[in-house]
Amino acid sequence: MTTLLEILDQPLVLALIRVLIVFTALSLIVAYLVYAERKILAHIQVRLGPMRVGPHGLLQPIADGLKLLLKEDIIPEGADRAVFWLAPAITVLASFTAFSLIPFADNFYVTDVNVGLLFVIAISSLGVLGIILGGWASNSHYPLLGALRSTAQLVSYEVALSFALISAILLAGTLSMNGIVKAQLQQGVWFAFMQPVAFFILFVAAIAETNRNPFDLPEAESELVAGFHTEYSGFRFSLFFLAEYAAMVLVSSIAVTLFLGGWLRPFPNVEWLGFLRFAPVVVFGAAGTWCFLRFFRFPTGREWFWQRLMLFALGAGAAAAALGLLYPPVLVASQGAFWFLAKVFLFLYAFIWFRGTFPRYRFDQLMRLGWHFMIPLAIVNVIFCGVGLVLSWELGWNRSLSLLLASGATLLVAAWLARERS
Amino acid sequence: MPENYVPILMFGVIAFLFPVVTLWFASLLRPDSRDVGFRRKPYECGVPPEGDARGRFGVRFYIIAILFVIFDVETIFLFPWAVQYKALGLFGLVEMLVFLGILIVGYIWLYKKGALEWV
Repeated sequence: MTTLLEILDQPLVLALIRVLIVFTALSLIVAYLVYAERKILAHIQVRLGPMRVGPHGLLQPIADGLKLLLKEDIIPEGADRAVFWLAPAITVLASFTAFSLIPFADNFYVTDVNVGLLFVIAISSLGVLGIILGGWASNSHYPLLGALRSTAQLVSYEVALSFALISAILLAGTLSMNGIVKAQLQQGVWFAFMQPVAFFILFVAAIAETNRNPFDLPEAESELVAGFHTEYSGFRFSLFFLAEYAAMVLVSSIAVTLFLGGWLRPFPNVEWLGFLRFAPVVVFGAAGTWCFLRFFRFPTGREWFWQRLMLFALGAGAAAAALGLLYPPVLVASQGAFWFLAKVFLFLYAFIWFRGTFPRYRFDQLMRLGWHFMIPLAIVNVIFCGVGLVLSWELGWNRSLSLLLASGATLLVAAWLARERS
Repeated sequence: MPENYVPILMFGVIAFLFPVVTLWFASLLRPDSRDVGFRRKPYECGVPPEGDARGRFGVRFYIIAILFVIFDVETIFLFPWAVQYKALGLFGLVEMLVFLGILIVGYIWLYKKGALEWV
């Protein structure tokens, strides 16, 4: 027994366990993100969405995964087989590996290095490589055009994204991901309130970076079939799909860590809001109650037996989790991860919501928005943020006030840029 | 400090092994792909594909790529500056204004040249 504990206590083994936990949780989140997207889009369009596989279609992602595993493998003739094989692997590698630096809670992250944010940006940018290689290797017109468009879009918004990140680093004074969250705790305010313009730029650039509506040009079905992965089918396609949704989770995590206080609960320094720590109990309790209510209203025929049973089990699980969370040590331990995931899911919901409501941009409009508006605005925002910080340090101005003035000045520039554009 | 980077490598290896292993596993399960008819032809909306796809494409994409390199390298230089900004203070601000000033002059030149117009 001691030997097992000794093995488990070694830092590398601990790290490996954390890597496996994060990887598995991420895969599950991504699979159910696809399900959530289908459900939410369906409800936005007054449909039901998947309803057959499991209660309310809850087993749909697993069924889809199995189906894709069983699909035959088609590589188009004239394709560069090695590159065709490598492209989805690179995309998966790029969008998953960056999660090793995201702090999910105060004491739960795979690793924390002092160049954290730079590393995250470096790794996640590799995804472009997979896209362009995949498009080129297919030897087909649509994928090549889709890949070129996608690359042009990704690299254009990458610049605006990096500048938006720089203004958050200016406030935090560190690149370590956990350090940035702790700086927000120390200063008692989320950076989204100090740098609203940078947050807005990051949000728009994040949507463009993940090829989502209204910037989903690379996958514009009416123009390019499916963009760079037109020729990909079966499990290779699902790898691209997984990577894309993992990238969505990744940009949401970066935005949450930098601008929305990461694993901090809202108003971490306000004592009387301490009751917010019971939010996980409420969420799980509500989920359990909902499951039980649905269970009693479910059709009772024999063919529904397994679905009812699963719904009951889910309700029981959620209720048990809610009760378990009432135990103080568990409640304390769950705080960081709960708030982090809650904020990330809020972001992901916004992504899906936008897809349900916004029409698609035209490609020249997209590039114009990127190069004529977002990039100059992001540069100006960094300059004004720097000026605001120097004002508060050298002249002793109130930090919040000077940063607010800086944001106001940036907004004036934004108005000027927008006026000139039209 | 270097040992902090080992978990990233672990994560990378696992993330790379995931597609490899699942693709190998799928190859045990899935039916063989038979090469009949137009099955392995590139998809062009149902009509027989015309010519090779790896032909010429818009020069705009090259311009965007080159502009990206310039601007992105600029942002990478700003990262260390932003981390040390508090220590640099006013000196850092002036240095950054000179640095970004050159970039902005270049940006205005590009704008006037029409390099940023897509059509």
